[in-house]
This record gives sequence, C-alpha cells and structure tokens, in this order.
Amino acid sequence: MQGLRIEGFQEERWQEIVKGVDVELDRGRVLGLIGESGAGKSTIGIASMGFCRPGCRITGGSITFDGLELTSSNDENLRQLRGVRISYVAQSAAASFNPAHRLIAQYVEAPVQHGVMDMSQAESQGKRLYKRLDLPDPENIGNRYPHQVSGGQLQRAMVAMAMACKPDLIVFDEPTTALDVTTQIEVLAAIKDAIRELNTAAIYISHDLAVVAQVSDRIMVLRYGEMVEIGDARAMIAAPREDYTRALLSVRKVREDKVHHAEEGDTLLEVRDVSASYGGPGGVPVLEDITLDLTRCNTIAVVGESGSGKSTLARAITGLLPPTKGSIVFEGKELPPSFKQRDKEMLRRLQMIYQMPDVALNPRQTVQQVLGRPLSFYFGMEGKAQRERVVELLEQIELNARYLDRFPSELSGGEKQRVCIARALAAKPDMIICDEVTSALDQLVADGILRLLQRLQNELKVSYLFITHDLATVKAISDEIVVMLNGRVVEHGPRDVILSPPYHEYTELLLASVPEMDPDWLDNLLHTRAGARLREGPISEQLT
Amino acid sequence: MDSLPVMVGKRLVFGVVTLIAISLMIAVGVELLPGDLAQAILGQSATPETVAAFRRELGLDLPWYTRYITWLGNFMTGDMGTSLANKREISELIGTRLGNTIFLAASAAIVAVPLAVFLGMMAALYRETLFDKMISMTTLSTISFPEFFVAYILIVLLSVQWSVFPSISNIAPDMPLGRKLYAVALPALTLILVVVAHMMRMTRAAIISLMMSPYIEMARLKGIKRSRIIIHHAFPNALSPVINVIVLNLAYLVVGVVVVEVVFVYPGLGQLLVDSVSKRDLPVVQASGLIFAGTYVLLNLTADVLSILANPRLRHPK
Amino acid sequence: MLRDVLKALLNAPWSAKLGLVIIVINVTLMVFAPVLSPFPETEVVGDVWEAGFWANDCTPEGIAAYECWDEINRDREHKVLLGTDHLGRDLFTRLLYGARNTISIALVTTILSFAIGISCGFLAATLRGWVDQGLSRFVDVIMAFPTLIFALMILSVVGTSVGVLIVVIAILDATRVYRLSRAVAMDVEVMEYVEVARLRGERIWWLMRREILPNTLPPLVAEFGLRFCFVFLFLSALSFLGLGLQPPTADWGSMVKENAGAITFGIYTPLVPAAAIAILTIGVNLVVDWFLRKAAGLRDEY
Repeated sequence: MQGLRIEGFQEERWQEIVKGVDVELDRGRVLGLIGESGAGKSTIGIASMGFCRPGCRITGGSITFDGLELTSSNDENLRQLRGVRISYVAQSAAASFNPAHRLIAQYVEAPVQHGVMDMSQAESQGKRLYKRLDLPDPENIGNRYPHQVSGGQLQRAMVAMAMACKPDLIVFDEPTTALDVTTQIEVLAAIKDAIRELNTAAIYISHDLAVVAQVSDRIMVLRYGEMVEIGDARAMIAAPREDYTRALLSVRKVREDKVHHAEEGDTLLEVRDVSASYGGPGGVPVLEDITLDLTRCNTIAVVGESGSGKSTLARAITGLLPPTKGSIVFEGKELPPSFKQRDKEMLRRLQMIYQMPDVALNPRQTVQQVLGRPLSFYFGMEGKAQRERVVELLEQIELNARYLDRFPSELSGGEKQRVCIARALAAKPDMIICDEVTSALDQLVADGILRLLQRLQNELKVSYLFITHDLATVKAISDEIVVMLNGRVVEHGPRDVILSPPYHEYTELLLASVPEMDPDWLDNLLHTRAGARLREGPISEQLT
Repeated sequence: MDSLPVMVGKRLVFGVVTLIAISLMIAVGVELLPGDLAQAILGQSATPETVAAFRRELGLDLPWYTRYITWLGNFMTGDMGTSLANKREISELIGTRLGNTIFLAASAAIVAVPLAVFLGMMAALYRETLFDKMISMTTLSTISFPEFFVAYILIVLLSVQWSVFPSISNIAPDMPLGRKLYAVALPALTLILVVVAHMMRMTRAAIISLMMSPYIEMARLKGIKRSRIIIHHAFPNALSPVINVIVLNLAYLVVGVVVVEVVFVYPGLGQLLVDSVSKRDLPVVQASGLIFAGTYVLLNLTADVLSILANPRLRHPK
Repeated sequence: MLRDVLKALLNAPWSAKLGLVIIVINVTLMVFAPVLSPFPETEVVGDVWEAGFWANDCTPEGIAAYECWDEINRDREHKVLLGTDHLGRDLFTRLLYGARNTISIALVTTILSFAIGISCGFLAATLRGWVDQGLSRFVDVIMAFPTLIFALMILSVVGTSVGVLIVVIAILDATRVYRLSRAVAMDVEVMEYVEVARLRGERIWWLMRREILPNTLPPLVAEFGLRFCFVFLFLSALSFLGLGLQPPTADWGSMVKENAGAITFGIYTPLVPAAAIAILTIGVNLVVDWFLRKAAGLRDEY
C-alpha cells in the first residue's frame, strides 16, 4: 500500500480518515496495526482487501497485492481474490456469522464457491481445523447454528473459516477485543497457531499493544490516520523511537501518590451477606452472600470478568436493584434496600460514575446545566453562587470556565468523563462508586482520569468503590482488592497481599491472562500451562 | 423463550380476547351513551309508543350483559339477528357480499404481493440509483393519495377518457369468471396501486437494513458472488420481515376495500357496513364490523406465526 | 437557533423545499379563507357543475376554453375559477373553506392524540411495572383492531359530530403515538444520565420533562407529521363515506363524495378537492422524509 488516502462521510461532508499511509508486508510475516479509536486502523486493514465500507471511499494511493493493483481492479477480480487469497476475521463473530446457516456450511462456502475443493473435502478439512483450534467436539460442532455456541468458540470458528482456503494474507480486525482476558488467551493461541501453520502473512489490528506484540513481527503505530512509527516488534517494545509510542508503552506505571491513609475502624460502608437476583426473589441469582467493608478515604477495587456480578454489586449498593437478602450499612446506619426509600441526604452522599461518559451525560444539557442541577437540588444554590461553584468544580477537574456553555457533543471522551466526575463531586459525596470508568477510554486518557481520581481523593478524602475488569487499573489505584467470580467473592484483602504470591487459583489465572509487553509472553504461558495440566478445558469452567 | 406451540397459542388467545373485548366495548358503549339510542335513531318526531316498541325490538329494555350474552351466543351459532332497516336476516345479507369482498381483495392481492416484493427488493438492491429514486418518489406520492383519489383518477383515465373498464362494478354470483374479473378490474387496480406502494416501501426498508448487517459484509469479504449473497445469505433472513410486511398489508387491504367498494358501488361487505352505519342499523354494523375485524386479527396472527417459523434463531433453539 | 433553521432550510433538497411551500400555501389558505374567497361559504352562485377554466367542450360548438369560461362568468362580479359544485356553489370558495375546516380539525385531533399518547407513553416508560403492563395491553387490544372499522362501529353507536370525530380519532390514533413514545422513551430511559437523575432523587415530572423529552424530540416531531397525514386522510375518508363532517360545512372529503356523480359526465370537479388532499399529504410527507434523514443520518424509514 502506498500513500493510501481514504475519506469518510461524517457530519455531512467528506473528511479524510486515512492520510497517506504506506504499508508493506512480506509473505509469511505479521504486521500489527495499533492505535487509539479513530486512528483509521480498521479502515486500512479492510482496504487491504480492496474493500471500503459504505460511506467511505479511497481517494488516493495504491494497494498492490502480489503484483496486482487492487484500487483499479474490477469487482470480479477482487471477488476472486477475497476469501481465497486474502481473508478477514471480524471483531464480532456473533454478528458476522449468518444466523440462518450452520457453522460448517459457512465454513465450506468460500472453498466450494471458489472451486478450491469439493464439499466433502472442505468439510473434513473443516473438522480437522476445528480440532486444531481446540474447539470442543470438533466432529459435530459444525452442525450447530451460530447462536448455539459461545463467543470465544465462535471467534475461533471464524479464524478457522478464514483459514479455509489457505490464504496468503489474513486480516484480523480486533478479534479479541470483545472477549474476557481468559477467553482472549484461547483465541490468541488459535490465531498464533493458524498463522504459524499456514505460514501466511497477516495484518493484526488492535488497540492493545501487549496483544499485538504477541503475534506480530513488525508493528505500525497509527494516530489520526497517520503513521507515527513502524518497526520490528521486539525492537519497538524494547526501545520506542517516538514519544507517542513511549506513552502507550508506559501507560499506568505512573501513579499520583496517596497522601491520606485510612484509619483503622473508620468504616464508611459495610455490605453484609448481600444476595441479589434479577426478576425478584426466585429469579436468576447474580450475587450470593457478598460481604465487604469500605473505610473512609480508601479505595476498594472489585475485579472480575463479565458475568461475575461486579456491576450488579454496584446496583445493589446504590439501591437500583434492591438486594433479596443481607443489608447495606452506611456509617453505622442500615440503608433502605431501594433508592426510592432513601432520603435526599443519603442519596447525596453516595454518588456514581459510569463506564460510558457518552450516555452518562444528557446530550441536551450544557456543562453548566449538568453541574448546576445537583447544586440547586441538594444545596438550593442558584444564580451567581451556583455559577461560581460550577467554575470551581471545573477547575478541580482541570477544565476551565470556557466549558460552561458547551454541550457533551462538543467534548472529547476524557473531558466528558471529567464532567461526570465533577457532577458527582458537586454533591459533596463521601463515597463514589466508579463502574469501569476507564474502560471505554483510550489508554492515555484513562491514565489521566486515574491520576485525577487519586488527586481528588487526596484533596477531598472521598472513598472509592472501583469496579473494573482491568488488572492494570487495579494495580494503579486500589488499596484493597475484591476478586469476584460468578456472583461470589473469591478473594478479598489488601492490594499487596492479593497481588503477590501465594495467589489464589483464580486470581492467578486472571493475572496470568493479562497480556504483558513481552513478545514471548504468550508462548511461555501456553508452554507452562500445557505442562501443568493437559488442557482439561477452560479453567474458569473448572472452578465453578 | 417459550416453545413454538406456546407462543402461537398465546397469540391465538390474544386474538380471541381482542375480538370479545371489542364487541363488549360496543355493547357497553350503547349502554353508556347519553340519551336514548332508540330515540336518537328514530328522531325527535317519533311517538313514545314507537320508541318503546323499538327499544323492545333492540332489546334495550334488558340489561346490557343479558343482551350481550344472548347476542354472542347467537353469533356463535351463525344467527346474527335481523337488520333494523329492512328486517332481513343479517346472515343472508352478508353471505354473498362477503364472497364478493373476498373475491375483490383476493384478486388485488394475487397481483399486488409478488409485484410489490419484487419491486421492493429491486429498489433495495439498486439503492440510490435512478430506478430506486423514481420508485421512492412514486410510492411516496401514492401513499399520500387517499384511496378515492386514486380510484377517481383511474375512472377518469380508463373509463371516461378511454372506455376500457366500467366505472361501476356490478357483479352477480352467476357471472362467468372472466366477466367478474372484467367488472372488478378498476377497484382491484385501485387497491393494487395503494397496497403495492405501502408494501414496497416496507420491503425496501427491511431488505436495506438486512444488507447492512455484518454477516453480509463478511460474505462479501469471503468473495461470494453477489447473486449467491442475495439468495443464500440475505433471503433466508429476509423471509421473516418480508412475510410480516406482506401479511400486514393484506390486513390493510381488508380495510382499504371499504372505501373502494363505495367508490365503485361494488356489492360487497364494506358498502353494506357504510350504509348501515349511516342508517345506524346496529346489528348489521356489529356483525359486519366483527367479520372485518376477525379477518384482520386472523391475518395479523398469521403474520406473527409465519415470521416466528421463518426465524432461524427461534426454529433452532439452544 | 433561528439562523440554524434557516440555514438548514436553504440547504434542504428541492423535494423538502417543495413540501414546505405546499404546507405554507395550505396554511395561508386556511387562515385567510374568509378574506381570500370570492363568495360566502354556502352561497349558490350559478348552475350545477359549471365548468372551470379547464373546460374545453362546454358548448356544442366547441369553442376555445377561455372563451367558454368567459361566457360563464360574463354576468358575474367574481369569476368562478374552478367552476361550481353539485348545488351551484363556487368550488374555489368551498375549497378554501374546506382547507380551513379539514386542516384545523385534523390538526386539533393530532395535537390531542399526541398529548394523550406522549403522556401515557412516557409514564409507562418511566414507571414501568403495572402501569406499563396495563396501558400496553390495553393499547394492544385497540391496535389489534382495524382503525376504520373501529371508528365506524363507534360512530354508529354515538352518531357523528365534530366533537365525537375529534375524540374518537384522537384516541384511536393515540395508541400509535403511545407505542412510539414509549419505545423512544425506553431507549432514553436506560441511558445512564436518567439513572443519575433518579439516583439524585429527582421526581418523575423532572425525569419526563427535562431528561427524556428533549432527547426524544426528533422522532416525535417526525411522527407528528406522519400522524397528521394519517388523521387527515382518515378524516377525509370518513367524510367521503358520508360519516365525517356533515353538510353544509365545506370539507374536502365530503366535497369529493358530493360531486362524485359528475365524473361519469367527464366533469372533473370531484378531482379538485381529492387532489388538494393528496397534495397536502405529499407536502407533509416530503418534509418529514427530509427531517428523518437529517435527524438520523441516513436512516431509512418507511
């Protein structure tokens, strides 16, 4: 690819989203494309197949595949290429499989339609691949429909589908982003196997440098549709040339120092044997007998994978989902189970910040209105006093008075999250529940938010209940850690105890599954695991 | 999620409940009406004796629930009572007219459904082309036209300017099929134009949303031929929404037929209903209204059941 | 704000501009009908079905159209632009008054139906529970029944008058508004900013008015246009069936009905009010279409 330029139709005009990028990939090599959201990495990946999503167009440059110019090729030539010599693995397998056909039928489609092999050959090869990629019951899993298998399995089935015609190039478009860390490993291992076995070239797109490092020979860093740096994967991780890359690498090592420390016995919130279920008592239980204490000025991190019940815990504490059993005690006083029965003062002292700042701010209210409402609602503060306090709040979150009349759509993701924090602060709370507050943000921005939260704790002595799936975040901010699995607390204790050996079995699995910035990490891990137990199935299932 | 028979059963029960609820509402409505229905129908000049006699005839002297239960029981056994206007058996009045209405609606549907689905798919597949834009403009105009406007334009063109078809469609049971078809040509054409417009727009929208889905993109990236993508990947998933569109429009057809019958003085059930409403001939209104409604409910039910059956996720449960 | 609207209008495609022009003309006619019309609403000014300016064979000699039209209008103070109706009233006058009556009734009905539909829909979405269940099941029952048939059955019981028409149609139509406003309110209600407001302790009125309503406005505005079209067509159909507005009130639907007989003589009088109905509906549809595309990017809705 040379000088590639692609425009996208946004906000009623064409805007350039890829600004002259050169990519070169040799046979059998793997290139990692990495960048934050909006960097244009997906668009470039998909363009390598001569394809543009609706609403995009290639405006310049050339794409040459094995001597063939793709930008000027006709549709028929491109079609002959796709699926046979270049194939694609999408982010969401659940959406990318046709719900009307069995897995195996979708597997054989490309080889049979392109005349590479006949139906029975393709089917038996498919079963071999399913087995190779560690799918359970490889003989029969192909007869299932997409909605009948789990997300991680479906993603592996898609990798198999991409390998069907032994292509020269596979494009992996964020194939593990939507998965939990423990599932991610299984899929990553499958991908690595696939690439190795076919000796194919690949483009691997991700926003996570550590993941890319596991599979790539070379890495290209992109930002705002332009290349920042390209180089050998190992060399880049050992010694990045550009500041931006260095920033991506060094993420979450910095931490604002904690000034105040919790005093023993100064307990703010106690959760006692709380159970909760959706659909009332007798419904599906999602929390069982949770007990934890939060001391003033402390941060508890609740860690777990999706479905562990960590967000439900937040809902139970706030009273959005009244617990079926147990009690929640705030400063020695038992709280009514539902938020509807709690008084204004109580509601004020317990605030919440959410994962997606986009949907946590009313798009039709200005920053002034968003921050002003809690002030007038809780403190009856109006007019000039209110305005002054809002400016003060903005300064606390490192924004200024210029933001007062802006709407959320005029703010960046990080700024929105800061406004959400300020809205919580406006109520002068004792405790803030942070539900995955950094997960939807790009790494550098998330880092800034974490530092801000720590600084605010130092200044205002608030306590945090920090819910996250990301262990790096946990390491950065927590004083205590609660590890959850399937609605139960697996382990609970001070950070340094939990995060140093001897580990609890599940905590160890979680810790080991977080990709490290070491290109050999995956190989080493799989090697030790294979030695330890002969693949008795995913460990998370054994534990339940 | 419930199993298939349970879902179908639930919808069936809901349909029946609906019909009963509506007929009940009518019965209660008569009761709650301010003033006296008999007086209102006969007019202010009627003597108290005739009003009283009329009340007895309507059964207004009985409590409404007795009246309702008797009526419902009779209706179930096919006895719909007698018309107030001309004292004839309602079942007799309705019999041939119902047949005529079904004949008209069916002949419109046979042409309209395949035509609309075909054109709608074409418009979706050749989206944003001149063909699509023309079709979109035309259908937008057509759905903005009242049925009677379409009907009169057709009369002006095909009956007054060029005398191709009669402007009044009179059919009799003993007519041969060819003559019958000739007679209903204009009303059927009116219905076809209106229904096709609606159905096409909905089909187009359904197909477009389908063609945007990631699995269609995946199929394209697998290098599958366009024709195969449409037949193999889009069609099985389009079945459910398209069936829905078709049956919903058939239900619409059942109602649209009322206006068209009046325009063409066609001896159908719609004409009878409208006449009876203006004469306030309640028993006839109630009977023919419920027949229309029953058909409509039945068609909606069919739409639900068929689209459940056509949905692969529901057909192959976990 | 106003500048934005004007700018958007200038950039609108020709179809939307056409639609807007149609709406503006209709509203003007509606408001100024008594001033603009040459005759009073029900005055008889000539013979039955006198030809309008389009006539080309109004006398056996087959003289030119405008001469024929001049002939008819020679002795009159005002000219009968579109001819006369089945009682010899001026069709143009009837058309203007018809605009006034039909459009204003349709508008009042639509507003009423929105008031009912939106308040019930928002209540159901914010309160959930039995309020939602009760309202939704009730609406299911009504919607399972064809609107026209339902209206006819009710009218046969309670009789026809303007008030009854407005209330009956508004209630039937409110079911559709309820469905939509409940659905869009549900979409907004699950947003976390609504949860924040709930957890802050805000009352339901605030939630509905300040958090939900502003964020559901675009689809509701578009729906208002579509519902207006529906109500308007529905009223016209009822009038056409002789069950809507009653004579001598001028109304487009009844005008078609009254003059229907003329068509077989090759006189196009009934087509004029029918076309008026169609043109206004197209106009509103064109604007709504543009609005929908603008509000939701390139969303394709029917």
